[in-house]
Amino acid sequence: MSETRSSTAVRTILITTAGTNCDRELARAFALAGSQVETVHINRLLENPGMLREFQIMGIPGGFSYGDDIASGKIFANIFVDHLYNSIREWIEHGKLIIGICNGFQVLVKAGLLPGNSSAEAGPAQPSVTLTHNHHGRFEDRWVKLRSYSKICKWLPAGRELTLPIAHGEGRFAVATPDVLDDLNRQDQIVLRYVDGSGKPAHQFPDNPNGSLDAVAGICDPTGRVFGLMPHPERFITSYQHPCWTRFDQLPVAQGTEIFENAVRWIRQSGSIEIFDTAAAVAN
Amino acid sequence: MSVYRVEVYPQNPSDDATGAAVLNEIRQLGFNEIYEVASGRIFLLQGDDQLLTPAQVEKIASQVLCDPVSERYVIGAAPHAVGRLLEVHLKPGVMDPVAASTQAAVADKLQCPPGAVEVRTGRRFLLLGQVTADTAMMLGRRVLANESIEELHTSPLLPDAFPVGRPYSFKRVEVPIRQLSREELQNLSRTGHLFLDASEMAAIQNYFQQIGRDPTDAELETLAQTWSEHCVHKTLKAIIEFTHHPGAVENEGHDHHGPGDVTMRIDNLVKSTIFRATKELNLPWTLSVFKDNAGVIAFDDRHALCMKVETHNRPSAIEPYGGAATGIGGCIRDVIGTGGGAMPIAATDVFCFADPHTPENKVPAGVIHPRRTARRVVAGVRDYGNRMGVPTVNGAVFFDSRYIGNPLVFCGSVGLLPLDQAQKGAARKGDRIVVLGGRTGRDGIHGATFSSDVLTDKHGEQFSHAVQIGNAITEKKMLDVILAARDNPGGSLFHAITDCGAGGLSSAVGEMGSETGAAVHLDRAPLKYDGLSYAEIWISEAQERMVLAVQPDRLAALKSLAARHDVEAIDIGEFDGSGRLTLYYRGEVVGDMDMHFIHEGLPKPVRKAIWEDPTPPSVIRIAPPADLGRALHELLSAPTIASKHWIIRQYDHEVQGGTVIKPLVGPRNSGPGDAAVIMPVADSQKAAALAVGCQPRFGDLNPYQMALNSIDEAIRNIVCVGGNPQRIALLDNFCWPKCSDRIHLGALVRACQACYDGAIAFRTPFISGKDSLSNEFITEDGTRICIPYTLLISAIGIVDDVARCITMDAKKPGHRLVLVGITRRELGGSHYLMLQNHLGRNVPKVDLAAAPKVHQAVGRAISRGLARSAHDLSEGGLGVAVAEMLLAGGLGARIKLSPVISSEDAREDHVLLFSETPTRYLLEVAPSHLEELQSVLGDIPMADIGELTRDPRLIIESLRNEVLIDESVEALEESWHRPLDW
Repeated sequence: MSETRSSTAVRTILITTAGTNCDRELARAFALAGSQVETVHINRLLENPGMLREFQIMGIPGGFSYGDDIASGKIFANIFVDHLYNSIREWIEHGKLIIGICNGFQVLVKAGLLPGNSSAEAGPAQPSVTLTHNHHGRFEDRWVKLRSYSKICKWLPAGRELTLPIAHGEGRFAVATPDVLDDLNRQDQIVLRYVDGSGKPAHQFPDNPNGSLDAVAGICDPTGRVFGLMPHPERFITSYQHPCWTRFDQLPVAQGTEIFENAVRWIRQSGSIEIFDTAAAVAN
Repeated sequence: MSVYRVEVYPQNPSDDATGAAVLNEIRQLGFNEIYEVASGRIFLLQGDDQLLTPAQVEKIASQVLCDPVSERYVIGAAPHAVGRLLEVHLKPGVMDPVAASTQAAVADKLQCPPGAVEVRTGRRFLLLGQVTADTAMMLGRRVLANESIEELHTSPLLPDAFPVGRPYSFKRVEVPIRQLSREELQNLSRTGHLFLDASEMAAIQNYFQQIGRDPTDAELETLAQTWSEHCVHKTLKAIIEFTHHPGAVENEGHDHHGPGDVTMRIDNLVKSTIFRATKELNLPWTLSVFKDNAGVIAFDDRHALCMKVETHNRPSAIEPYGGAATGIGGCIRDVIGTGGGAMPIAATDVFCFADPHTPENKVPAGVIHPRRTARRVVAGVRDYGNRMGVPTVNGAVFFDSRYIGNPLVFCGSVGLLPLDQAQKGAARKGDRIVVLGGRTGRDGIHGATFSSDVLTDKHGEQFSHAVQIGNAITEKKMLDVILAARDNPGGSLFHAITDCGAGGLSSAVGEMGSETGAAVHLDRAPLKYDGLSYAEIWISEAQERMVLAVQPDRLAALKSLAARHDVEAIDIGEFDGSGRLTLYYRGEVVGDMDMHFIHEGLPKPVRKAIWEDPTPPSVIRIAPPADLGRALHELLSAPTIASKHWIIRQYDHEVQGGTVIKPLVGPRNSGPGDAAVIMPVADSQKAAALAVGCQPRFGDLNPYQMALNSIDEAIRNIVCVGGNPQRIALLDNFCWPKCSDRIHLGALVRACQACYDGAIAFRTPFISGKDSLSNEFITEDGTRICIPYTLLISAIGIVDDVARCITMDAKKPGHRLVLVGITRRELGGSHYLMLQNHLGRNVPKVDLAAAPKVHQAVGRAISRGLARSAHDLSEGGLGVAVAEMLLAGGLGARIKLSPVISSEDAREDHVLLFSETPTRYLLEVAPSHLEELQSVLGDIPMADIGELTRDPRLIIESLRNEVLIDESVEALEESWHRPLDW
């Protein structure tokens, strides 16, 4: 790989494990956005956590990690907490980006990395929010309307209206205590909400497809660099993925793409490559 | 050693989705006395006392098992003051994927070796309300547990220790058959569940008499598996003496038969019809047909596509969830094991059930209620397909009361593979025999032989061991390893690959080694638990295993690749060049047969078949119902036609990002798309369309036309989305009643002949197929229930440019609706007559001279962008087709029946509206395109029947130009949407 690597390239690592299944489309999304992408099995990362130094963006793709057999994302989250906690804290503190989509979001939440209010010294945070069984009790594949709200999230500016697909059985956002939601609002950490036809937060099925509290579909950490969401932006990176593109005279804009482009641009602009890509620079 | 019990509950009872779903099902059974069901999950943990201390159990419960935000846990059993407790636990030995994952997570948490803490899981339900113990137990059996794999308990289960398998003490078992009489041989076949007939048992006896010894149990099982209907399709390959009385239905005039009674001898039915068509067509894009696990066609200059459709009827009848899940899992493995290994990119599912509203007391003993079967089958496909990351994009459901004892579950899978890996690999002398994936257990023993006989009300008890439960994540890991091994930079790490399906290792190794011979050391196979005999290891149908032929110098590389993915790759022997199948257990020979006898020794008896096209009943003039609008509503609510959104949305039909025409279309993603389209190669505008055709009701009148109609329907569906009609490949799946009945076999012959005629006429080759030929159920009182003749035609078509794809939802007010094709008086087997409890007589007929031209012309029109929408006319005819286009698009229409081009005898309003004549399309065309459309269609019948309107009403004018139907589209949608909105 080193011959294609340049010290100015943005490099994304996708972490997979048994049951990950959205890694190919996520790799494509980051590649279209201009990043180099490497997909790494968790076992390889555990053998050599130092490899993280070569990357600036981390993606945890969707799927059914370990079958979601205890609860979605739970087992994968435990591996992050028990074996990679310090590496991930370091990653976040160095100003790098993380995205968790669907199962990846569930992993970030159950690992306590989202909403992620704890400091490194305090050790792993006790999860304060969760993603649990959809209110109607079934897996649901559906395109939904979303609106972005957060001004701190590096992945997506506020005020965007997006249409993206969801596909999950456990996506209902819930909090441990009501003040958690207040904190999230106060700290501007609610990035995405499900909205109805008029653009207002949706509280009824099917606009709110899973019964999420406050219609929350995605949140970020207080730095705005760690982002998790239930909808799948990597499934809307070409016009033909839109569910009714055949109705339009002009092909619709692929609205998922922007999220990945924003991340790559932010890394380029923040100068993180030169600072953190020392290992790659040495390799070259 | 201690066992601990942890219970996990939702913190807030209103979040108990599982409990609510169970309550809903109980209410549907009519038990309104229960007001709440509280559900919980149970984990039983067993470990050494040093390791598994109470503190560690607390840690496991709080950090691994319980979600601290939404759940709470109890160590031990939570007391309950009121209500009836029911617990469901898996029987020992049944695959428990949750336990397996939990065990690994616990080992990681405690930093102890995997398996040091063992886990079993269960489910707990507290039924609150007025309910007796007996009623609770009855509800447990109907709603909660399947006693072929699960146990119900009424008090908390906390065993002193987990059940352990008895260690196996090796004993070589010989079965003395050389001296047996014919009757005794038959008896042995029956009691040993071999399902072999008299001539087959005699052939085996003869072989062992010649070699001068008796067979071992493993040898006998090898032959029973290899010679089973399921594995070898002996009916379709048999010699058949077929007599055809054409009867009153006119002769189709092909070379199978002349006028009047004809008797002909058919040597190998499938070869002389279905294979023959593909061979005669000899199309350059069919790359590998009828020899690999799936049929392979060319896609672009770098890739090929493969497709396979399997049935998993028997296991699904007994355990719908596990049966359907392992059905899709097995079919995906078939695709993975095609050519040099393929990436599964799509799945399809088609089900046949009895009416979900069948009254409880009409369900025979030993049969699961069709509503529950449907729910559990859907859940099984959902949980396996979604976990595998394979989008389930197309399907259908057919309802008929005769499927009550034999529900049909068809699972299809499509794979993408490099063009240079399209051909089936061959094991070479010296290659190692490697089992990759899951471990071998006692699950699924006798699945292949069991699926080859008639079901009875006792089968649930007798064959619970034939039921397999899948573990999708094991299969997903295995897939990751296989694709990495295939794409190894220095060349593939294996020569050949096949799935371990029906018959287990005995079929997989036997087939791969049929040329080279194989020496297998059964004691090396990794086992889930102790106690399996060598014969059980050999025939177990434990899921998620594949057999690879691996070059000896690449074995180490394969093993280490597998280890990186936490997958086992075990060397169990060698393809040794002996031409024999030799089985060893701990060094001792437990089987040694000539491969030639195994694969060629099956006797070929002559079977008799007869078909007489039924004398049509005397003409009954059916007065059309006074209100045809009402009839249209009723048709839209018929379960076969009604919306399947409840099923479709439970499947992740978009994973992998390639689904560009989705199963639900239109502005609200609610319309019934004709076919799905997937774009499997990023950066290529080429795509593949997937569709099905199936018309079991027509089989009651004419199995030949039933098959042709199914083919025509599958082609129409592909054409409707923009598929190229010259690049469509077909797959056949026959599900039939028992073919020892000459009439059933005769009907099968006719259907196969239609497949030949249709494939040749449409130039649509068959590339793969399967059959399931014993679909009968014998009830407690001896009543025989035969399923209708069911032929599923699956079609895969190439879309040259995805930008040209269209969908069936009406797009724009002012556009014209154009009906292409001629309408005949063909209400026989129609849904319209079914609603009036008639079968009718005039089965819809495919005009093989005209139909191919219609498909080509419509395909051309769509590729030129002349149609904005297209929908095929099938169940419910024109009336249902136009209603579906409108409800999908949210528009109205005003149409006239007078311009419809029809045969003379069809000129009655209800016939024009509801006849199911094939080869018809309804197109939405911009007025400015009408002229060009006319010139593209040439002399093909085309009628401008009306206009799309903004006002969402469907107004249909009769032949006399009076308003015949005036219905709001919203109401029509409600009729269509509601029946299966569970």
